[in-house]
Amino acid sequence: MHIAQNWRLKAQRYRLVGEVCEHCGAKIFPPRDICPNCSHSAKESFEFSGRGEVYSFSALSETAEKFQRFRPYTMALVKLEEGPLVTAQLTDVEPDKVKIGMPVEMVTRRLMEEGNEGIILYGYKFRPMLDKVA
Amino acid sequence: MREVTIVGIGQIPVSEYWTRSLRHMAHDALMAAWQDSGVEEVDTLYVGNALADELSDQKQLGALVADFIGQRGIAAARVEAGDASGALALHQAYLAVASGMYDTALVVGVEQMSAALPVEVISATARFLDQEYEATMGATLNSIFALMMRRYMYEYKVPRDAFFAFPSTAHQNAVNNPNAMFRKAIKESTYKRIAMISEPLNMFDVAPICDGAAAVMLCATDKLPVLRHDGPPPVRIAASTVATDAVAVHDRQDPLFLEAAFISSQLAYRQATLNQTDIQLFELHDSSSIMAALSLEACGLAPRGEGARAAAEGLIALDGPAPISTMGGLKARGNPAGATGIYQVVEIAQQLREETGANHISGAQAGLAQSIGGTGATAVTHILTQL
Repeated sequence: MHIAQNWRLKAQRYRLVGEVCEHCGAKIFPPRDICPNCSHSAKESFEFSGRGEVYSFSALSETAEKFQRFRPYTMALVKLEEGPLVTAQLTDVEPDKVKIGMPVEMVTRRLMEEGNEGIILYGYKFRPMLDKVA
Repeated sequence: MREVTIVGIGQIPVSEYWTRSLRHMAHDALMAAWQDSGVEEVDTLYVGNALADELSDQKQLGALVADFIGQRGIAAARVEAGDASGALALHQAYLAVASGMYDTALVVGVEQMSAALPVEVISATARFLDQEYEATMGATLNSIFALMMRRYMYEYKVPRDAFFAFPSTAHQNAVNNPNAMFRKAIKESTYKRIAMISEPLNMFDVAPICDGAAAVMLCATDKLPVLRHDGPPPVRIAASTVATDAVAVHDRQDPLFLEAAFISSQLAYRQATLNQTDIQLFELHDSSSIMAALSLEACGLAPRGEGARAAAEGLIALDGPAPISTMGGLKARGNPAGATGIYQVVEIAQQLREETGANHISGAQAGLAQSIGGTGATAVTHILTQL
């Protein structure tokens, strides 16, 4: 992805800004302008809390080129407490400690680097929710 | 709309081609299909391909291939929908002939992946996902399959080993297919200890990186007496349907249900006026074991959450009620992305023409081929019947 493609998404990557549907109240992430629930126009911004739970997860060793130096890492589907699922990495946790249903919270971390001269991309990952960790 | 038949089929063995490029592989499959067809003239060409841009630095495959098979001048197009590219190309060609615009059409699915490094292929196929919200987060195609598989095992309480039925059946059936990549049965003990790619998905759960090309010649049924004087028995395209879903799994209504596969199969049963029980074999999109299980459920061949268990109990065997991957499927014949959808259709035609030797499904009169792009965003279903 080019710099502008990533820059356009800064509100989503840094603050989980999605939308709320004015018609049915559904919370939407990623933003998509038409509500997937009721098909009405949905353009009102909504910032998600960043809290949720692990819906599924996978520790992987085979990655795309830009993610090679970050191997291994754990991908997850996270169910946000407001409803939507997001695809993101888990961080600050060993893969064998992850469980479906584990409470997690969003943090901003480095996602990848495009070689020596390309961009360094930051965005959301999820870690075990601190106040739930013993 | 006119009825359309497949009058010729061609394929090259799925393999690693180090001395043949895209155009050569496409040529070999197309010429085989053309020769088989008994038709002299071709009006238009459709090329299904997913990865030529990334892995061969080539666009305009329609023109490139048309020229290379000596047909410079004809209408030609390349069609892309991830690893459903070949099947979607066939759908477009079907529409072109059914509409009356063209009487004959050649369709080829072609892919060359093995010349690239595995990491380049993983980067390229990650583009079958939602780039902004899946791939940029570090997801690969296999990692999304793994997320679906783990949730499936959790939600439906399915043990990992139940999935062994899919690679096991595929490999067993590929033994008798001279065009398959892996012609060797696999053992359950090996499946249990083979390396993980993306937990809980292991190396035997996913189709290989490979090269291949397969082709068909289409002809309007009402023109058969004029355009064709000999050749093998024609096969009718009784249904050709397409449906779509969200590209990102996280955007779907139910991440464990392939809605596009469901819709396209329902449309296909309706178009062909056939029920599942009228169809004797199914070539489904077993790009990974979990996709095979979800495809069975989407096509109505197993209840939700029961696909893997039903497969383990014999549903999908050659002598079972719903045989799949009868010539090895994506897992063992191979999944040369954009070519795969045409291999499936060629194999169904072979079954209906009784050219499948020991793997012949006795009494096969109708077969269904379903090809899926990536994790389920595009689903193309064809039902073929004897004419």
